[in-house]
Amino acid sequence: MLKVRSVTKKFGGLVAVDNLSFDVKKGSIHSIIGPNGAGKTTLVNMLTGVYKLDSGTVFLDGGDITNIPTNRLVHRGICRTFQNLQVCDNLTVLENVLLGFDKYMSKNLLKTFFRSQKILDDEERYFQRGMHLLSLIGLEEYAHKEAKNLSYGILKRLEIIRALATGPELILLDEPVAGLNTKETQEVSELIKLLVQDDVTVILIEHDMKMVMDISDTITVMNFGQKLAEGTPQEIANNKDVIQAYLGNEGHHG
Amino acid sequence: MNFLERINITKEILIFTAILIVVPFVLQNEFHFQLAILAMLNAMICIGLNLLMGYAGQVSLGHGAFAGLGGYIGAILTTEYQFNPLLSILSAVIFMGIFAFIISKPILKLKGHYLAMATLGIGVIINIILNVEYEITGGTDGMAVDSFILFGFELFESMHWYIVVALLLVFTLWIFDNLIKSPFGRILRSIRDSEKAADCVGINVSFYKSVVFTISVVVATIAGSLYGFFSGFISPQEASFNHSIELVVMVVLGGLGRLYGAVIGATILTVLPQLLTAFEEYETLIFGLIIIAIMIFMPKGIVSLWDKILEFKERKFAKSA
Ligand SMILES: Nc1ncnc2c1ncn2[C@@H]1O[C@H](COP(=O)(O)OP(=O)(O)OP(=O)(O)O)[C@@H](O)[C@H]1O
Ligand SMILES: [Mg+2]
Repeated sequence: MLKVRSVTKKFGGLVAVDNLSFDVKKGSIHSIIGPNGAGKTTLVNMLTGVYKLDSGTVFLDGGDITNIPTNRLVHRGICRTFQNLQVCDNLTVLENVLLGFDKYMSKNLLKTFFRSQKILDDEERYFQRGMHLLSLIGLEEYAHKEAKNLSYGILKRLEIIRALATGPELILLDEPVAGLNTKETQEVSELIKLLVQDDVTVILIEHDMKMVMDISDTITVMNFGQKLAEGTPQEIANNKDVIQAYLGNEGHHG
Repeated sequence: MNFLERINITKEILIFTAILIVVPFVLQNEFHFQLAILAMLNAMICIGLNLLMGYAGQVSLGHGAFAGLGGYIGAILTTEYQFNPLLSILSAVIFMGIFAFIISKPILKLKGHYLAMATLGIGVIINIILNVEYEITGGTDGMAVDSFILFGFELFESMHWYIVVALLLVFTLWIFDNLIKSPFGRILRSIRDSEKAADCVGINVSFYKSVVFTISVVVATIAGSLYGFFSGFISPQEASFNHSIELVVMVVLGGLGRLYGAVIGATILTVLPQLLTAFEEYETLIFGLIIIAIMIFMPKGIVSLWDKILEFKERKFAKSA
């Protein structure tokens, strides 16, 4: 579904992502791993329209989506989460999720000013759906709490739920379980597997090797912005270059 | 959901309307009425400015100038070109709305201090133009404004003005409350908290910023033009940097991001200086000290007192239950 062709991003003299190409199959879990500073987050930002590419092309289902702004990509079915949280602190957990639904809700100003039935119906309908999504990962009890009072682990999962609310076909998760305990990590893994059953495609950036090896269909390994290796978890686990890169960077990655 | 909830008639709006009904019986003279009307018009501007600053998180140091320019347009169209006052206000609203939407794109790309400087700059330019173009605006001396004639009925008595402005204020509060409680309002608050989060769920952040900026300028324009007709006189003073700052202080003092905070802030800052005139040369000093004290003891604004009252009642209720 996603074809990435020779994408490059430079920051001054530093080539953060260097002539990288790969394909992501529909309905698969495609992990991207690599040592710290390998360019994984930069790649996510390139695929989601945050950074303009210096060169290269990105295709979604055959259509060119290179450099389309983030908010418009959401309407093409691409959504992401952030490595460093981006949650609205003064909104409740449920309101954060409802934000994800906003692209489906009426924001017509006249209807809003006069509180038309449509506005209320939307709110009611998506309230139910939001609660349902939260219950998928055990967050419904926090629905009406302001985000700023909640723990990192909760907010981290909230971001995934918010992304799901946009109804994505492709979701990019940048280190979704960093800082989560084993039980929470397990819940996120389960959720990701559930998504794939619904034919959602997942790009997973993660340092948690156990999780990556467990759930990935394909793994792309990056180092210094380039593709070092690609294959099934089995192949990657036995790849000499990969072992070399990780041993050579021991102590740097999480 | 009961009927009052459905049409969003809140406890707050009922109490506020009751206050507006009682106030005229307390006011003793013409001057009091003028002060009350001025406070309500400032409150209107502040409600719009609060949507921009408190909800969407975008500061503006130019709203005094926008209100003033809108006021001049309304005044000039009626006084010089004999437009019906309603038509003048409508024209001012359309002009200022388009003006605001156009300038909003470039300036709302800026953040924090830079946005403050940009809006300040536009305000200063507007003020200079009003001063310099004296053939149209009367320059520094200002200009007299024809009276407000509505369907052959001349708004002359202060009581009539009071009723018109009070109705408009309650209506403004109601539609803004509707907006705040809608998906649109949620989007504004998300932009204040994290533009990245809003962007990543598909919200066109710069468009919403432009819309909220335009709404706030339109409300300021309506209040500004009504002020001109009401006082029968308008001067560049209304569009001064001072007025812009006053409006920001009203919003912050009342309570950022709180609908009734804007109203409370506007009322107190309009009325307080008049109460302090008894202190003569110490007036400004005492005024400043009061503002500092409020900000120290109520950092979330005066409206947080209301929360304390509610909390207290709840606790009492919990105890007795
Ligand atoms: N906005 C930026 N400006 C300049 N350099 C940047 C920027 N973003 C990333 N870099 C640099 O690009 C390289 C790749 O960074 P990136 O964040 O993509 O790594 P990563 O693989 O996500 O690492 P981690 O596992 O630590 O999250 C790093 O050397 C980083 O310092
Ligand atoms: Mg990263």
